Amino acid sequence: MNEISITQILFVSTALFFIGMYGLFTRRNMITMLMAIEIILNSVNINFVAFNKYLYPGKLDGVFFTIFIITIAAAEAAMAIAIIINLYRSHHSIDVEDAEEMKY
Amino acid sequence: MHASVIIFYILSAFILGAALLAVTARKIFRSAIFLLFTLIGTAALFFWMGVEFVAAVQIIIYVGGIVVLIIFSIFLTQKSGEEMPKPLRNRSLFSVLALLFGFAFTYHLIYKYRFEQPAPHVFNVKVSDIGTQMLSTTEHGFVLPFEVVSILLLASMIGCIVIAMKIKPMEGNEI
Repeated sequence: MNEISITQILFVSTALFFIGMYGLFTRRNMITMLMAIEIILNSVNINFVAFNKYLYPGKLDGVFFTIFIITIAAAEAAMAIAIIINLYRSHHSIDVEDAEEMKY
Repeated sequence: MHASVIIFYILSAFILGAALLAVTARKIFRSAIFLLFTLIGTAALFFWMGVEFVAAVQIIIYVGGIVVLIIFSIFLTQKSGEEMPKPLRNRSLFSVLALLFGFAFTYHLIYKYRFEQPAPHVFNVKVSDIGTQMLSTTEHGFVLPFEVVSILLLASMIGCIVIAMKIKPMEGNEI
């Protein structure tokens, strides 16, 4: 019998989410911000699988959501890196503070 | 204590420690390596929860794809030996405060909530079940999201090529 309750797994995923948020708030380099986003997506994946395992063990929906999130994360990372490399080509820096002319 | 409990604690300490180092390391390449460890730890947690297929997908796509892509882009755009500037003191202080509050609030909600215990049912994920339900067109099938995601991947692939393409200056009458 498993003795770990769902609350403990949710503790891990919540902590992982807020660690990712910390990276997103403090970092100013685009690649490290992208890494923080990957950490956040991972914590969401843990959540989906944990809910599926502990609350609805007869179904598979959480697994499907996890797989789709992983796919979309791959597409998102590829897109973001293409944008970052293009930005580096024109600005010679990937700091978000140096890219503020994109606002206008 | 049961062995699986100990394994869970070790895994979660590993994941959280690696993630903390990944968001605080000053050298960007180390940060990427710690991200790699976080992702591997998450895959191990998926193994621990009994979803081997998702763990395998996680290792193949995240560890084999995304992290390699990130490391390549670090090499293309950064001097990876240099340290990054420290975050501003005020910014890190207030973000730590805000996130501690958010974490305490969220975890308080989770802790107070009484999750209903489901009827005992063995959680056994077979890959054949995943494949059957993924491509079934009946009520609980996932064939529409599957197709949408495949279109999304195609679109993002073409978009990446278009964005990262170098545009040659136009010359005379070509095109």
